[in-house]
Amino acid sequence: MNRKDSFKQGIQDGIPIALGYFAVSFTFGMMSVSDGLTAGQAALISLTNLTSAGQFAGLDIIVMSGSYVEMMLTQLVINLRYCLMSFSLSQKLSREEVWLHRYLVAYGITDEIFGVSASRPGKISAFYSYGAMSVAVPGWVFGTLVGAICGNILPTFVVSALSIAIYGMFLAVIIPPAKKDRAVMCVVIAAMLISNIFSILPMLQNVSSGFVIIIATVLVSAIAAYLAPVKEDGEEGSPDEA
Amino acid sequence: MKHNIYIYILVMAVTTYLIRMIPLVFTKKEITSPFIRSFLYYVPYACLAAMTFPAIIDSTSSRISGVAGFVVALIAAYREKSLLSVALFACGAVFIVERLFVFF
Repeated sequence: MNRKDSFKQGIQDGIPIALGYFAVSFTFGMMSVSDGLTAGQAALISLTNLTSAGQFAGLDIIVMSGSYVEMMLTQLVINLRYCLMSFSLSQKLSREEVWLHRYLVAYGITDEIFGVSASRPGKISAFYSYGAMSVAVPGWVFGTLVGAICGNILPTFVVSALSIAIYGMFLAVIIPPAKKDRAVMCVVIAAMLISNIFSILPMLQNVSSGFVIIIATVLVSAIAAYLAPVKEDGEEGSPDEA
Repeated sequence: MKHNIYIYILVMAVTTYLIRMIPLVFTKKEITSPFIRSFLYYVPYACLAAMTFPAIIDSTSSRISGVAGFVVALIAAYREKSLLSVALFACGAVFIVERLFVFF
């Protein structure tokens, strides 16, 4: 696929992301303003951070006037999962493109953009990421602004329905491969079980959601890699699926 | 607020960017270890699954609509609908279920 097609495909996959982002960042914008930030500051946070859980946690620290070190550590813990995704993407990105692209692609590593990138067969171009970012980032920033400026206009049932969009998308990424590969199916079920255990058991409920994701991901992927090593054939899958 | 908000934002942004950038830029070689390759192959599935469940159940304004959205999304994903369709089906299920509440 050439750059233009990659970019277009990225835009297409970025649209559901932008929809889901709008609902989440809308809430972030609303909360920021009620916590005393200006709409511009809220939008600036969204533009420079592009991460949901990290921003909500950061907002708490700003409101409680925590230290800068505390801010750094919180972001590190909550966002450490991006480190895993980034490592995984380092193998997935085309090596034929100029390395400089990686500095830009890195900015767009979110749960969702990573999710759609992982769903593409074979190697991906940096332009795929740019395509996804070109709709997802405005969705995120614009949602924040709208939430900050007119948080009370959108009826709650609309926000509620939009909030599930992102998870629906994740399922669309993981379920079809799980159908075809039993090992992937086991990985999906095991990871869901582990994160569910963390949310149910009282002594584990205080573990931050960022950590839960890291623990579940590392544990399940390592066991699966040990029990069901991947054979080296499907790597260069044909670039045209649905 | 005794701290400067723009310094907060800078600290947040720089920390988050570095986490994303360092592995991507500094993993120069193609990894050859079959174990690590397999590990990285499974990472997206494990990661997205852990993020989806149980969070999806509590993502909407009631657990019933969350479960409905989850089930509908599972079915649509199983039938290999596109990302956008699965997302919209889930939104639609939540919307319909929450409208039905009016009658109870």
